Amino acid sequence: MSVLDINALTLSFRLWSGLVQVLHGISLHIAKGERVALVGESGSGKSVTARIVLGLLQDMPGARIGGAVRFNGRDLAAMTARDRAALRGRDISMIFQDPTSSLNPVYPIASQFREVLARARPGISAAEARSVATELLTEVAIEAPARVLDSYPFQLSGGMNQRVMIAMALANRPALLLADEPGTALDVTVQAQTLELMRALVRGHGTSVLFISHNLGVVREFADRVYVIYRGRIVESGPTAAVFNAPGHAYTRALLAAQPRLTGGGLPRIAERDPAFMDPAVLHAATVDGAVP
Amino acid sequence: MTRAWRILSANPLTLAGVVLVALVVLVALLADLLAPFPTHRGAVVDFVNFNKPPDATFWMGTDLVGRDLFSRILFAYRISLMLGVVVLAIAVPVGVVLGLMAGYLGGWWEFALMRLTDVFLSVPPLVLAMSIMGVLEPTLTNGMLAVTAMWWPWYTRLVYNIVRGEKVEGYVLAAEVIGAGSAHIMFREILPNCLPAIVTKMTLDFGFVILIVSSLSFLGLGVQPPTPDLGSMVAEGARYLPDSWWLAVFPGLAILIAVFGFNLIGDGLRDILGADR
Repeated sequence: MSVLDINALTLSFRLWSGLVQVLHGISLHIAKGERVALVGESGSGKSVTARIVLGLLQDMPGARIGGAVRFNGRDLAAMTARDRAALRGRDISMIFQDPTSSLNPVYPIASQFREVLARARPGISAAEARSVATELLTEVAIEAPARVLDSYPFQLSGGMNQRVMIAMALANRPALLLADEPGTALDVTVQAQTLELMRALVRGHGTSVLFISHNLGVVREFADRVYVIYRGRIVESGPTAAVFNAPGHAYTRALLAAQPRLTGGGLPRIAERDPAFMDPAVLHAATVDGAVP
Repeated sequence: MTRAWRILSANPLTLAGVVLVALVVLVALLADLLAPFPTHRGAVVDFVNFNKPPDATFWMGTDLVGRDLFSRILFAYRISLMLGVVVLAIAVPVGVVLGLMAGYLGGWWEFALMRLTDVFLSVPPLVLAMSIMGVLEPTLTNGMLAVTAMWWPWYTRLVYNIVRGEKVEGYVLAAEVIGAGSAHIMFREILPNCLPAIVTKMTLDFGFVILIVSSLSFLGLGVQPPTPDLGSMVAEGARYLPDSWWLAVFPGLAILIAVFGFNLIGDGLRDILGADR
């Protein structure tokens, strides 16, 4: 059974000027332990998809959501807001673009860690939380956990904060981890290190990951399977190698051509809209777990 | 403690503010001991020594019924400080909570609370206080009520604007993502990040509250005689300028010292807390 199963998901926002449709029927699924990437340009609907999975948009007055999102077989739309909130931080967690701003500047890391741990174990004592946090920080290759726990986020480097965020996100052993362009705010070497670390950890824990990014290089390294999204539609999906080596859709090809190369040569101009980009989706058959996408 | 001292010694103006305010607070607390004529706080009449310029016995002269001005100023400080504390102790929590709700919850809360705030802000503060005092009896308690009623909207506005900025910060989203409730996010996550601005505004406002109460008393709507009050003393004395100059000048200076002290601290705090982040 899939950990996450999104079927024909639509989303529109009600504005003064009328309805604006953002997602036009997105379907994707993630098996247990699978790392799946959702790739697309800014504004293509990547982040709102993550927000729907987290149950953050369901309660927004102006948002109309259609289709089905199932987490571990449970339909999110059928759940109460309270039940959806109970999933967050325990069964589903998230890592953000800018780790430093994702931590509250007025609390030391230790007390923020305790709050995260208290989601799964209410009433956990400070000492107990500290020892668990020390263990988790050691897992993300932080050498002086005690010092980090007593620091404030602004006293740590971006890479350090990123590891703290990863440790926090995985602290309650979630079934699903959403990574929204993690480390985009960091420099490339630190980003590569933390991705490597994250990959090792999710593999060890058997965590499923929905990796949201516009960085194709990172996706190629990290993901088992890729969905390419364009203007709220999935235009291509399949195993990472298949999509990258034999891109079937015009938009995927354009996206791949738009990667800067070390050898230079400039970037091709890509049309903002192109009729070919609206072609039906290309689905590569074989997936890692053998299921049909 | 050592850190506080280091910061203060690096900011001589702030230190001066702290010294001034400490002096004022001390003088107000010890008024009974320090005042040469403690009984002059009330309705005492001494027609032998009325309207005397400053001399060795009456350091700041005497008023029109022969009461020692210096003693009365010490007791007046007591009332001014109490007013400042009471007004801010009510106005700040009310304003801050409403601002947090309007800023974070948004939607109808935002609309209702901010428009209500606008209504209060649209009336000139002194006029609002005067009309409240006009409807109610001009007593000290009502005076505090009136000043409180005109004060909270400023905090609502301030906090609302900060919350609007903080709400989109990553740590708020991160808290939402781990399933924290609205109350937790408002009070535990966002509020601590608003505190520097609130504390700074409070110290600045302390001086303004003293001023506005003085203005109300000046208009005859605040503290009622024979209770000594800096504002009414200035009002009374202004009629006899420039001949009996001490009647207005010394209470005026007393207001200046207190307000100046609080403003120096406020400015210093703004620098210190701002630089910390």
